[in-house]
Amino acid sequence: MAVASQVLTSEWTKIRSVRSTVWTLGIAVVVTVVMGAAICLLVKNDFDSMPVRERLTFDATSTAFAGMGLGQLAMIVFGVLVVGGEYSTGMIRTSLAAVPQRGTFLFSKITVATLLAFVVSLVTSFVAFSVGQAMLGADLRVGLGDPGVLRAVFGGALYMTLIALFSMGVAAVLRSPMLSLGILMPFFFLISNILGAVSATRKLGRYLPDQAGQKVMKVVTTGDDVPYGPWGGLGIMALWVIAALIAGYLFLKKRDA
Amino acid sequence: MIEAVGLTKRYGAKTAVHNLSFQVRPGTVTGFLGPNGSGKSTTMRMILGLDTPTSGHVTIGGHPFRKLPNAPRQVGALLDAKAVHGGRSARQHLLSLAQLSGIPASRVDEVLGLVGLQDVAKKRSKGFSLGMGQRLGIAAAMLGDPQVLLFDEPVNGLDPDGILWVRNLMKQLASEGRTVFVSSHLMSEMALTAEHLIVIGRGQLLADMNVKDFIAANSTGFARVRTPDTEPAQGEKLTSVLSEAGGQVAPEPDGALRVTGLALPRISDLAHEAGVRLWELSPHQASLEEAYMQLTQGAVDYRSAVPPQAVPGVVPGGMPGGVPGGVPGGLPPQGYAGDPYAGAYGPQAGAPGPYAGQPGPYGAQPQGAPAPGPYGAPPAPPQQQPQAQPQQHAAPADPTQQHSEDAR
Repeated sequence: MAVASQVLTSEWTKIRSVRSTVWTLGIAVVVTVVMGAAICLLVKNDFDSMPVRERLTFDATSTAFAGMGLGQLAMIVFGVLVVGGEYSTGMIRTSLAAVPQRGTFLFSKITVATLLAFVVSLVTSFVAFSVGQAMLGADLRVGLGDPGVLRAVFGGALYMTLIALFSMGVAAVLRSPMLSLGILMPFFFLISNILGAVSATRKLGRYLPDQAGQKVMKVVTTGDDVPYGPWGGLGIMALWVIAALIAGYLFLKKRDA
Repeated sequence: MIEAVGLTKRYGAKTAVHNLSFQVRPGTVTGFLGPNGSGKSTTMRMILGLDTPTSGHVTIGGHPFRKLPNAPRQVGALLDAKAVHGGRSARQHLLSLAQLSGIPASRVDEVLGLVGLQDVAKKRSKGFSLGMGQRLGIAAAMLGDPQVLLFDEPVNGLDPDGILWVRNLMKQLASEGRTVFVSSHLMSEMALTAEHLIVIGRGQLLADMNVKDFIAANSTGFARVRTPDTEPAQGEKLTSVLSEAGGQVAPEPDGALRVTGLALPRISDLAHEAGVRLWELSPHQASLEEAYMQLTQGAVDYRSAVPPQAVPGVVPGGMPGGVPGGVPGGLPPQGYAGDPYAGAYGPQAGAPGPYAGQPGPYGAQPQGAPAPGPYGAPPAPPQQQPQAQPQQHAAPADPTQQHSEDAR
């Protein structure tokens, strides 16, 4: 345990002392909040001209999280840089020479980054929700006390954290930040959305980590035919994350550093 | 004490290290030498448990590294000076490593002072020169005040001051009873730093011995003989006399003769009997550099495509790795005079050291004085210029090669 607390302290120093931490997390907050606010404002102005069907299934909570699709990309960069940076700089050898227990090293590192990501995500989620509701105005807005809303807002924070965690696992497997970003960014920005939108692959797409996880942020589920609930969706995402982390751990353990 | 037994590492079909067994003892600086790509770094990584050997094992103080209790307090290593996050300040970098090993933060400022980086401690290491990076890496290795220290190419990119500092540091660490294992591809540097040598080529052990024994075992002494330039017939006469007496005679670029197989007094007697006057009769011992080159000539992975013979002004066999025993002509003193090593060699000229007792070009050449040509003869500039050039390509152990290593 002594080793774990040493690694935790060290990782906290590492994560604090690089600018990329502030940049990536800062961008995640700003993009998520600002984009969400802007879309809420647009929706508010256009609500009366929207088709009836859309008006009936309007979800004020998830609309406030509309910026998360972009904001999560910054979270991915954060996760990738925290783990991949060790490899791209060569620090990993120095680190592993100091901590030969590779599992302890990796998971302590991921713990520190995840806690930080969770705190930032929690703030992001609540701020994005509040600002979004303020933009929607008195007619459309919902409150934290309404059914399912608090779960959705809290779930949004978990979703962003899990995205970062998933990226850390992938970066531990691929070991290269560029390669990891090159795969993760287009996947979450484009491929997952395309798979979810095309009717042929829709049933498959809904089991992808982001699509399953995003379910937790929805409050109004009318016309939604997915076979899992909000926590079920987050659970599916968590399975993906666990798989990525186990793979990352195994690769680190077996491979030459 | 580091002990490797039958250490082997294969990457697919390529064998990086093959059946390597050696011991690194405390109290001395042990040099780990080999051409580029000979498996030095792979071995270092295996010692540190970063790479798993395909077969064989290596232990530190009797334990495999990954089983060592409190490893960072016992072993310190500099593997790659550039292996730092450029966005992190020197102090934060060292602090994170100290915390990783449970070392108090006060030690960070201590080692920063030790390596002379206290003034740039708050600066991001991105802006560091290679030399400053090396100092930072050395600071990291010394954080835990370990008994065993590994340094992979620590003098790369250092200025003469820095080289001298590293050399003295290594010797000091060893004199404190620590185990110091230093890899280098620079024979000349190791000659001044290490007492013991482990030489590898193509991943195999070539030599494991004392520096002095290494020179003795791997270089042949020879005599340089000069007959009057004005009378070429005398030279020819002497050549035949010496050959008849069982000596091997080879002409040198400047017209002198290199004689092996005959003692100096015998050469003098033979010349006297033949009525040949001598302008020079001097004993020579091949340097450590040449011994190394001779030993590793078959084991150089990355050789220049330019055949040394094709270069004008260079006599075949005059190049390193050519004729056994090496030829001083292949290593003109000018090569040293013009590079950072010049200063380093200065004090050695008179002091007892690896080169002492060798009236070769290194010892006999008065440093600082304008060099009167490589052999004390009238200078032959057209010959020297092209000679210095091919060195860079053909000799992996040449100090001038250092620059291309830096660029990595």
